[in-house]
Amino acid sequence: MTTRRQFLIVSAALAAPAAARAQLDPNLAANRKAAFQAALKRIVGDTKVARGRVKLTLPPLIDNGNSVPLSVSVESPMTEADHVKAIHVLTEKNPLPDVITFALGPRAGRASFATRVRLADTQTVTAIAQMSDGSFWSDGAEVVVTLSACLEEGLI
Amino acid sequence: MARAVVTVPPRAKRGEIVEIKTLAQHTMETGFRRTQTGDLIPRDIIRTFACTYNGVEVCRVELHPAIAANPLIAFTTVATESGALKFEWAGDNGYSVTEIAPIKVE
Repeated sequence: MTTRRQFLIVSAALAAPAAARAQLDPNLAANRKAAFQAALKRIVGDTKVARGRVKLTLPPLIDNGNSVPLSVSVESPMTEADHVKAIHVLTEKNPLPDVITFALGPRAGRASFATRVRLADTQTVTAIAQMSDGSFWSDGAEVVVTLSACLEEGLI
Repeated sequence: MARAVVTVPPRAKRGEIVEIKTLAQHTMETGFRRTQTGDLIPRDIIRTFACTYNGVEVCRVELHPAIAANPLIAFTTVATESGALKFEWAGDNGYSVTEIAPIKVE
């Protein structure tokens, strides 16, 4: 038969690892910033990213971060000689900076796409377009998220 | 059962830019959520999506956990000739779905 003392010891032993795993990393903000910079560098290398030509559309106030409509369009003639090769979307405060990489070519007709994303926090979302001539253009959108994605269980 | 829905206009004029919408049924489990006992729920997402028009690639998409459940992808293509558009999704745990939609170009 299990005594009260034995039960307490066993239940404490079971609960301890879960509590330890549930701890948030104290360097969370710094790590996310570094991850964002690393993702940016992987996409653009050492090339300068210019503002403009890209239009990122997101609702400014988001009630539910689990499904946010996002669309990107880039000004480009989309010909064989001058087209958009890829559109990347990055976030600052999601657990992973990458959101979507959309590779396209002149057969797309227009350099635009739409999808639905998850956002973990109030943050700036960045869209970067890679042109066929090797240049990069970007646009950012600041969004306010009231109910975050990823937090259904109370943890990130 | 894995399902996907695509919306392609059945007919188009030559050279016209047509809009395509695709929706795949998938939970897109991020791999960051935990159960009530603190165990991580393993990641289960669609990783890639590609669209080809009569064998020519229109777009190729890499998806990450930050894409919402039941991923919607809407994009455009130029209607060049009659034929078929092929859509392919692939992801974790052997997820693989292919859809084909015909298009008639006048």
